[in-house]
Amino acid sequence: MSSAWRIARLVAAKDLRIEVRSRVVVNQVLPFAVIVMVMFAFALDSDAVLERVAPGLVWLAVLFSLVVVVQRSFAVEVADGALDALRVAGVRPAGIFLGKSMALGVQLLVLEAVLLVSAVVLYRAEVRPAGMLLLAVTAVSATTGLACIGTLYGGLASGARGRDTLLPLLLLPVAAPVLIGATRATESALGTGGATTGEGWPWIGLLALFAVAFGVGGSLAFGALVDE
Amino acid sequence: MTIAAPASQTTSSRSALRRPTSTRFSRGLGTAVLAGLVTLVVLGLAVSPDDRIQGDAVRNLYIHVPSAWLAYLAFIVTAVSSAAYLFRRTRSLAWDRIAGASAEVGVLFMAITLVTGSLWGRITWGTYWVWDSRLTTTAFLLVTYIGYLAVRGLGGSHHQRARRSAVLALLAVLEVPLVHFSVRWWRPLHQGQSVRNGELSDLMLFTLFTGLVTFTLLYVWLVLHRQRVLTMDDMVADRGLDAALAERQREGGQ
Repeated sequence: MSSAWRIARLVAAKDLRIEVRSRVVVNQVLPFAVIVMVMFAFALDSDAVLERVAPGLVWLAVLFSLVVVVQRSFAVEVADGALDALRVAGVRPAGIFLGKSMALGVQLLVLEAVLLVSAVVLYRAEVRPAGMLLLAVTAVSATTGLACIGTLYGGLASGARGRDTLLPLLLLPVAAPVLIGATRATESALGTGGATTGEGWPWIGLLALFAVAFGVGGSLAFGALVDE
Repeated sequence: MTIAAPASQTTSSRSALRRPTSTRFSRGLGTAVLAGLVTLVVLGLAVSPDDRIQGDAVRNLYIHVPSAWLAYLAFIVTAVSSAAYLFRRTRSLAWDRIAGASAEVGVLFMAITLVTGSLWGRITWGTYWVWDSRLTTTAFLLVTYIGYLAVRGLGGSHHQRARRSAVLALLAVLEVPLVHFSVRWWRPLHQGQSVRNGELSDLMLFTLFTGLVTFTLLYVWLVLHRQRVLTMDDMVADRGLDAALAERQREGGQ
């Protein structure tokens, strides 16, 4: 197992190095996510409503961005047959899965931080000191789950012939529990609609359960799904 | 149903491919299903009484509940046959085709369940949709298996398709309870029993029972035929490849 972790770290470092050098997520996905937040404001057209639904909009924007980031994450692999090369080299699929999930998770966390700040600025959401810990735990647990399913279904949908359109169809239904759990927990952390911090912690249980289920399930299933 | 062989086939292999998907058993079963459906229509529309509260709307029950039952049965069969395919000792493409055929039938009847349910809801509740956990999970099931069918269509060799879709079907088993659980927690005040509050007359229960039995037989009949057609699809794909290879070899020989 130790070698799977070593592979995971190497794959994650490779993905993050590619991002640092190409800046695709920073230059393209981040602005996309922020423009989605602005578009929500156009559609809803009410300060009171925006303040009430801010946590949900943040996580919705995260989900939309997730689809784009996952596509990017596997476009890199497919371009020169890199994923096939890794598989042919006998690299354990579980290691690739964990590594790509870790890199995806780091990128998502940065994205979420920016989206949260934009919610504070655009939607008048308020971050309370009492909710900081809950907010951080929510972000980490939700992101772990999203990174796992993103990598899992992204791997399946990667490759040629119009598979890009398949990804949202597979990914978004699976992500529904994360959207529900993370939104409720974030509402409690921010005190949206009078929610208290204590109400948020049970949702962390759901998010953690989800992350563990798809972390384990993904490690086992990834090999079969990307095998071409 | 018969299918035509590729044009380049010889007469003998063409006749081998020109097989009907029905057997004596499935023809008998099909006749039983037809008789059952006719009985259900007569019982459901004419013989069974109106409901005291719901009036004629209760007749929707005789399609809605059997469809839902059939769809759940279909998805369970898909999961079990996917597991059977992945299990080394029972690995066979037959399991994969049963899983695929069952999922197709399941998607169709899950859609029928949702349509009949929302029409009934419009009449009885005054709204097509409520965010009830059962309704929402059902909608997610439908979308999940539409995705599953899309993945089956991705191409590759038969065993690639089988492995990929079997794993996906098992992931759906992981996903569906999580979705159901989170939706239930999200809207704790969901409706009680959607229809049946124990006020069905004997005749109504009998009609419902007829519906359940008939739809179960219908499911078996549909999956039987569908998986035979899928087998032929695979055979045509294999023979098409063989024919193309032979043609290239002939070209190379000239």
